[in-house]
Amino acid sequence: MAAGKLTSKQRVAWTFLTIGVLLYALFPVASIFVTSFKTQADLGSNQFWPTTWTWDNYEMIFVGGAQELFLTALRNSIGITLIATAVAVVLSTLCAYAIARLNFPGKRIILGTALAVSIFPVISVVTPLFNLWRTIGLYDTWLGLIIPYLSLTLPISIWTLSAFFRQIPWELEQAALVDGATQWQAFRKAIVPLAAPGVFTTAIIAFFIAWNDFVYGISLTSTEAARPVPAALAFFTGASQFEEPTGAISAAAIVVTIPVVVLVLLFQRQIVSGLTQGAVKG
Amino acid sequence: MASISIRNLVKEYGDGYPAVNDVSLEIEDGEFVILVGPSGSGKSTVLRMIAGLEDITSGELLIDGERVNEKPPRERNVAMVFQNYALYPHLSVYENIAFPMRLHKGQFSKEEVDQKVRKAAETLELTEHLDRKPANLSGGQRQRVAMGRAIVREAAAFLFDEPLSNLDAKLRGQMRTEISQLQRRLNTTSVYVTHDQTEAMTLGDRVAVLKKGELQQVASPRELYEQPLNLFVAGFIGAPSMNFLPGSVEGTTLKTPIGEIELNEKQAEAGRDKEVVLAGIRPEFFDEASQVDASQRAKGQVFTAELSHTEWLGNEQYAYVNYENDPRVTDVLQSLAEDMDADELRTQLVVAVDAMSTIRGGDTAELWVNTRRIHLFDPATGENLTRDAEAGARLTEMAREDRQREAERAGAKLSS
Repeated sequence: MAAGKLTSKQRVAWTFLTIGVLLYALFPVASIFVTSFKTQADLGSNQFWPTTWTWDNYEMIFVGGAQELFLTALRNSIGITLIATAVAVVLSTLCAYAIARLNFPGKRIILGTALAVSIFPVISVVTPLFNLWRTIGLYDTWLGLIIPYLSLTLPISIWTLSAFFRQIPWELEQAALVDGATQWQAFRKAIVPLAAPGVFTTAIIAFFIAWNDFVYGISLTSTEAARPVPAALAFFTGASQFEEPTGAISAAAIVVTIPVVVLVLLFQRQIVSGLTQGAVKG
Repeated sequence: MASISIRNLVKEYGDGYPAVNDVSLEIEDGEFVILVGPSGSGKSTVLRMIAGLEDITSGELLIDGERVNEKPPRERNVAMVFQNYALYPHLSVYENIAFPMRLHKGQFSKEEVDQKVRKAAETLELTEHLDRKPANLSGGQRQRVAMGRAIVREAAAFLFDEPLSNLDAKLRGQMRTEISQLQRRLNTTSVYVTHDQTEAMTLGDRVAVLKKGELQQVASPRELYEQPLNLFVAGFIGAPSMNFLPGSVEGTTLKTPIGEIELNEKQAEAGRDKEVVLAGIRPEFFDEASQVDASQRAKGQVFTAELSHTEWLGNEQYAYVNYENDPRVTDVLQSLAEDMDADELRTQLVVAVDAMSTIRGGDTAELWVNTRRIHLFDPATGENLTRDAEAGARLTEMAREDRQREAERAGAKLSS
């Protein structure tokens, strides 16, 4: 490393800082994780660890009473999120490429609008959207969620990708053109492979945003036809009206966290890979 | 292989500024032409217009007799080597070289691609690096990969855009030789953009000097050096630059701030009717008087001057003489300095003396100047008043014959 070796004092400081951040970030996850293995009796015991580990909560959401509610919601979540992510990535790739490469009037306006949309509070849009969706028949449909999700994912995707595309050396594309490529070939063979890490990162961010949404999910759906998991969790019920379904909710929360963790682990290398090294003089 | 005809090429940007203004240049098949000029002279723009990366505002561009103005780069069949190499970082060296062939699906069989890549790699000594990624190569190796990508194409022409400017000085010299030999061996028409004197002088069959988008002179390096067309070319070609001494001609005597210089009748004739002229004297026209033998001495003139300082470079030595400038030419020289990317005009005479010479700053030295090679320039128009066009044309014709002989020799070597 160019920064050189850390002194032992610095190392100790960094270690403590890292542990602190890790604890702060991971403790809630760990807490939900152990809660999902607690029996109903353990839930109120005020202890971190369950006295007996049980799969009951998972059984309940996958094969038990909450099965229908959870599994359809999971299907909705996966479907809606994947479609929204795919559309967002394709559109933002084309848009960001144009922004990074071409000079056209209104470039600033597009970027500015994207930024404005992304800082617009979701909660203020949701009520008019609810009314509009009901009128035009998009209420409680997949498409009815995909469209608002695009409004969340597109701006950030356009921004991250256009920043990323700007770093890709222009000359590579020109070299490909002179080498005999068409504009499309130059884009696909010289630019896309280099842009892939950026596109992956963007896709993952877009996926998280859509996956984690709660406000649209709860407001624009009413039945299992389109209700995603975060919204469905609110509809879990305990065995009796005096029992909170905390265990089942925890189990469901852990299940929906898994794709996120898997994605990050899977694409970690793509996200951080320094593919552009060596393209130009380093 | 092809000739390239550039006819009245103009490139204007959105604001109407002509980056390239009415440039015409005929490049013969197999010729190595250098475009040289200070930054902002439009040399790269011309090259990029040939490649098709830049639109042509007006004028005509012909490759092998065919108008290509409207054709996209891929249909022009030219290969280009970029300043930053522009290697595809995600591909191995092998795939980088094979890239142009891979784009033409079906045109090359797998064996053909492999054979061509290996041949190119062998020519460029890259065989052992074929599986590596560009990021793991040194600057010189990356440069060679970029050239490999160009030569597998069997393109009509090679275009080089300052290909060596990112290399360190030693490697640059080596790569320069390699490019020169490669071009001779393949005998492919080449256009090479550089701002480096040495590259321009050593590589080019002909050198085109540009200033602010306008072509100044196209000639062999020798002609540019010996018979420059104007003040700019004279000052730009040669390092250190030519000295420009203000003076006036009376009879056959040139009166300058460093003393009177006796000219021959032809030179004097050219400058006599001007109120003031600029005498262009290259540093090596001077020498220490004691070093010049009697027969040489007659060809020039001896004068004394006080040296301000000297620079010793090992193989040569420069001495500097301060002089008072003529206010009538300061503006001309100032704008000339700006045109040449030099920050300010120096009223200092640069004199090349023998490296073994012991003269030092502060000394008053006896210097000799070869007066026969002095050129006189008109400060108003920049025109070279004493240019011998015929002698210049002879020098360029000589370079042309040299090239043809070398091409034949290379051809004979290939067929044997």
